[in-house]
Amino acid sequence: MILLWLILVLLIGGVLAWLADYWYTPLCRWVSVATLAVDLWLGLRLWTLSPTNLALAANGPWVARLDWSWIPSFGIHFHLAADGLSVLMVVLTLALGLAAVAASWTEIRERVGFFHFNLLWSLAGTLGVFLAFDLFLFFFFWEIMLVPMYFLIAVWGDQRRIYAAVKFFLFTQGSGLFMLIAILGLVFVHHQATGVYTFDYFQLLGTHMAPRVAMWLMLGFFLAFAVKLPSLPFHTWLPDAYTAAPTGATVILAGAMAKTGAYGLIRFVVPLFPEAAHRFAPVAMALGVAGILYGAMLAFAQTDMKRLVAYSSISHLGFVLLGVFAWNLLALQGAVMQMIAHGFTAGALFIVVGAIEERLHTRDMGRMGDLWTRMPRMGAVGLFFALASLGLPGLANFVGEFLVLLGAYRVDVTLTAFAAVGLVTATAYALILVQKVFHGQPREQWQVPDLGRRHMTVMLAIIAIVVWLGVYPNPVLDTAQVAIAGLRQPVATVSSSGHKS
Amino acid sequence: MFHLIWLVPLLPLIGFAVLTFTQGRLIRPAVAWVGAGSVGLSAAVALWIGANFILHPPAGHAYTLTVWHWISVAGFRPTVGFYLDNLAVIMMLVVTFVGFLIHLYSTEYMAEDSGYSRFFAYMNLFVASMLTLVLADNLLLLYLGWEGVGLCSYLLVGFWYRDPANGEAARKAFVVTRVGDVALTIGLLLLYTHLGTLHIQPLMHRAAEQWPVGSSLATAAAFLVLGGAVGKSAQLPLQTWLPDAMAGPTPVSALIHAATMVTAGVYLIARTHVLFALAPDAQLAVAAVGAATLLLAGFSALTQRDIKRVLAYSTISQIGYMFLALGVGAWAAAIFHLMIHAFFKALLFLASGVVIHALDDEHDIFKMGGLRRELPSAFWPFLLGGMALSAVPFISAGFYSKDLIILDAWSSSAGSPWLWAAAWIGALMTSLYTFRLIFIAFFGEAKTRVRKRPGVRMMVPLVTLSVLSVIGGCLELPAYMGNAPLFTNFLHTVLPSVHALAASRTETVLELLSGVASLGGIYLAYLLFLRYPEWLRGFARQPWGAALHRFWAGDWAMDWLYDRVLVRPYHWFARVNRSDAIDSVYRGLAVVSEAIHGGLSDTQTGVMRWYALTMVVGSVIVLSISVFL
Amino acid sequence: MPVANVALNQALLLAAVLFTLGLLGLLVRRNVIMMLVSLEIMLNAAGLAFVVAGSRWQQADGQIMFILILSLAAAEVAVGLALALQFYHRFHTLDADAASELRG
Repeated sequence: MILLWLILVLLIGGVLAWLADYWYTPLCRWVSVATLAVDLWLGLRLWTLSPTNLALAANGPWVARLDWSWIPSFGIHFHLAADGLSVLMVVLTLALGLAAVAASWTEIRERVGFFHFNLLWSLAGTLGVFLAFDLFLFFFFWEIMLVPMYFLIAVWGDQRRIYAAVKFFLFTQGSGLFMLIAILGLVFVHHQATGVYTFDYFQLLGTHMAPRVAMWLMLGFFLAFAVKLPSLPFHTWLPDAYTAAPTGATVILAGAMAKTGAYGLIRFVVPLFPEAAHRFAPVAMALGVAGILYGAMLAFAQTDMKRLVAYSSISHLGFVLLGVFAWNLLALQGAVMQMIAHGFTAGALFIVVGAIEERLHTRDMGRMGDLWTRMPRMGAVGLFFALASLGLPGLANFVGEFLVLLGAYRVDVTLTAFAAVGLVTATAYALILVQKVFHGQPREQWQVPDLGRRHMTVMLAIIAIVVWLGVYPNPVLDTAQVAIAGLRQPVATVSSSGHKS
Repeated sequence: MFHLIWLVPLLPLIGFAVLTFTQGRLIRPAVAWVGAGSVGLSAAVALWIGANFILHPPAGHAYTLTVWHWISVAGFRPTVGFYLDNLAVIMMLVVTFVGFLIHLYSTEYMAEDSGYSRFFAYMNLFVASMLTLVLADNLLLLYLGWEGVGLCSYLLVGFWYRDPANGEAARKAFVVTRVGDVALTIGLLLLYTHLGTLHIQPLMHRAAEQWPVGSSLATAAAFLVLGGAVGKSAQLPLQTWLPDAMAGPTPVSALIHAATMVTAGVYLIARTHVLFALAPDAQLAVAAVGAATLLLAGFSALTQRDIKRVLAYSTISQIGYMFLALGVGAWAAAIFHLMIHAFFKALLFLASGVVIHALDDEHDIFKMGGLRRELPSAFWPFLLGGMALSAVPFISAGFYSKDLIILDAWSSSAGSPWLWAAAWIGALMTSLYTFRLIFIAFFGEAKTRVRKRPGVRMMVPLVTLSVLSVIGGCLELPAYMGNAPLFTNFLHTVLPSVHALAASRTETVLELLSGVASLGGIYLAYLLFLRYPEWLRGFARQPWGAALHRFWAGDWAMDWLYDRVLVRPYHWFARVNRSDAIDSVYRGLAVVSEAIHGGLSDTQTGVMRWYALTMVVGSVIVLSISVFL
Repeated sequence: MPVANVALNQALLLAAVLFTLGLLGLLVRRNVIMMLVSLEIMLNAAGLAFVVAGSRWQQADGQIMFILILSLAAAEVAVGLALALQFYHRFHTLDADAASELRG
């Protein structure tokens, strides 16, 4: 039941926040915070219950399960389940949700209640995506995740918000359509083979199908997740959407929603279609590496600081794509670690950028310079997260990137070498960001306040998490390991030199 | 008591944390005490541990302390662990001791800077990272220290951030060293994948067991490690960042870019010497890189005007000597020169800092002059350091360390006359440019007035380092002077000795030639720069003379080459593609879609006859289809 | 009888030509009254075809259809002319292209 409560609390909280707006506006922010705090506490409880040793776990890798029949004639169930991977993603999402609410405290002034409603419902959809194990339910939550986000961008975004929101919606809906077709295709193929209609994940695992059919179905799923992640060449919605969205929405988009793409790849694409995924892996890994390098180069070229951070996201998540399709324990652990690290690091960078925008009312780096003198705390925090972004050892991103490289090296040396070049390109954009914004000569005289207590609390918390994960990542890695080991069982039938751990 | 080794890197780290979290709110004396004191304490602990290690060495002359397991995934279990052996003890002592002296110096040098607290925070972080690097027991932790020192180099070179040129120099340093780091990372991946561990001692054992001499895997791994070392130690072809890094405050140049960070590459190769022994091609490459670099940098040093840039090129050149030593198998000689170089180069930089401070931030040596009389507190240290750098026979420590290398370049089984020739010419050049600097800056007439004089906190380090630059050679007395190679013997437990082939008479001849190079260079400098400066001025007026001068001053055009071939195309392509060519596909889709929409809506003209026409045409088509198909 | 066949073909050809002329007139003419006239021609052409066919098969059905068509045409003309009157009242012209407000 805890899984249902995780989602329900957010849904109810969202409605309450909206209603609170009619009574006393500042209250809706506090309602939001309270909702997320309660939910985060539930999530952390779930984490402590997660097994860290597969051999000792009673339920295998599963922490909690909920299975109710919904539309029996089609075999659709309301099936939620959580293993270590899901729990980690849930905790990440909720923590970033809190950060997003804190960052939007003063930024959103109109229709505040509706804003928090959309934010919380979007988060609820995201949680549902991480917890759903019935394909119909999964798609249902996928849509719930997207619609409030569209509103968040379209109503509270900057001057290009309509273009960005529509683009975002078209990309994700369009690819979602292909995923829906693939889901239905899979269900029909399964029906042909077994005579049973079911949308249940566990029953669909191991369905026999012709290789060509499997490849097409896999591509349908892959397309949806590749757009969400995003992977080259489906990434072009991201800079516009991330830049136009308000800070809170961007933090959620970058930190949590992008991970649904990676999660989908790990949970659905490879286990459901192991041979097809194996054949497709070189292409996917090459796309990942291309994303790392191309994203970094584009980030370097931007004059809008939020767009720079958005492109850097593409670069970081390229590592995740590389790790997932290398599909060995090292690479997958690296991918999970990178997902979490990127969530916090990119989220924090967007908060910093948003704070600067709130004060300067511009994102054009050509008008900044020497902001360190005016806002030393902002400068220090910005520098810290820029360094985390470029993969400095001792911080969380390095652990993820290095593990991915280590795992991918066993599969393809050349691609890994190219991915390693990403270390240099990341340095280029991270340092140019710091240089243009905080160092150098001031291009305009800005009299602006430094980061306040609220922001510093959030930032220090995230800094602590990033450092902790950088020097002692084992709690996260152990939790993920059980889940990943549980995942690998359906794929173990694929024997090839590329899949040894 | 060895288990307290973790205090050594931790104390500066605590200093960093304290200074960061109390940003600007502590009073200056407190900052100085925390900043310099943490390193001082660390030096004291290091000294105590070191003394105990030397007097009561543990079993196997090595001690490992595992503090915690850093990562544990699928058998990959790097730890945060420290490893103490004779090499580590020496490095630790050099870093903490020289580091402390420089911190002490900085408390006075940076006293008027508004970023005082920030400076010491970064310096402490640097010392902590450097200590982690030299004490690490596995390559991943070493890599953490490696990147940490690179980070601090960036932060400190760009310390005066308001000048964009400093930011550019800092970024250049970071990016160029990161190119080397890519190679090192791939090397780590290779080593782990094939040998199953990154802990240095087991790794070296397994490599020796599993890989035959000359195996392609060993060669690849060694070349990749060399790639990393070349970046960090500013050797060919990644040396272009170091001269520009002189934009940072002088204590930074002394600590990071002379004594410690740039020697990290030498340390890395010495630590993984087993790998290089298994890959003779790679080892030859190390020697070749060293020889080429020491010559190139020597020529460049001869043409510089900025006092710190001369010293920067000199550093590149001296590290070339260390690489040369590593390349011919003279491991201990390389480390010995590393230590002696740390002493005299830090001394030279600190003394130049006194000059710069005294002349109100004047860097151009042609605007100095006569400082022998005006500023003796800078002149004598500079002279002693310069003598050590030039390896003046018998009375300077540099003689003992550099000549050992020159000798081994000839006599080692991996050496060759070519390498010796390069080393010898390099020695001549070293004396030449060093004394060019001394004669121009300290002799002649004074062109700028002295405004400040150094205080006690700046003089104590200078005096200490001067003494060390003179007597440091006593640790390694060659055969004809009492035969007391204490240093080499000390390192014998860690580094194998060089295979020497030469007879003792050849040795004497070579020693004589080295002395000739050193003194001859000084005399040549005296002639060219003090006695008859007109010769060179005439030479520089010739068009090809001037061109040669520009070529050497511009680092043999390598900077220009990298700029044209790598940097500008990258900038250009990034700028041109700023709105992302891939997006044009999707924008194209939108345009096509809108065009079709426009086209279709144009058919709704509202004109009745048009509708009638389309109905007729449509029915004709349908009828023909149904009739003919 | 060969004469009847030849006459059938020719008459049908005449009906086809008349129909085409009427259709073209409908499409080309802009005056509403003239469009109605063209419609009449089309209807009559269809009627001619019916009559000729009835003559071929020696049955009266063709001529009965023609009477039907005549009455249909009369009704249609009545409505059409009423529409034309309203059209003129609204647009003050008989140019069919003037009524194009339902543009896309």
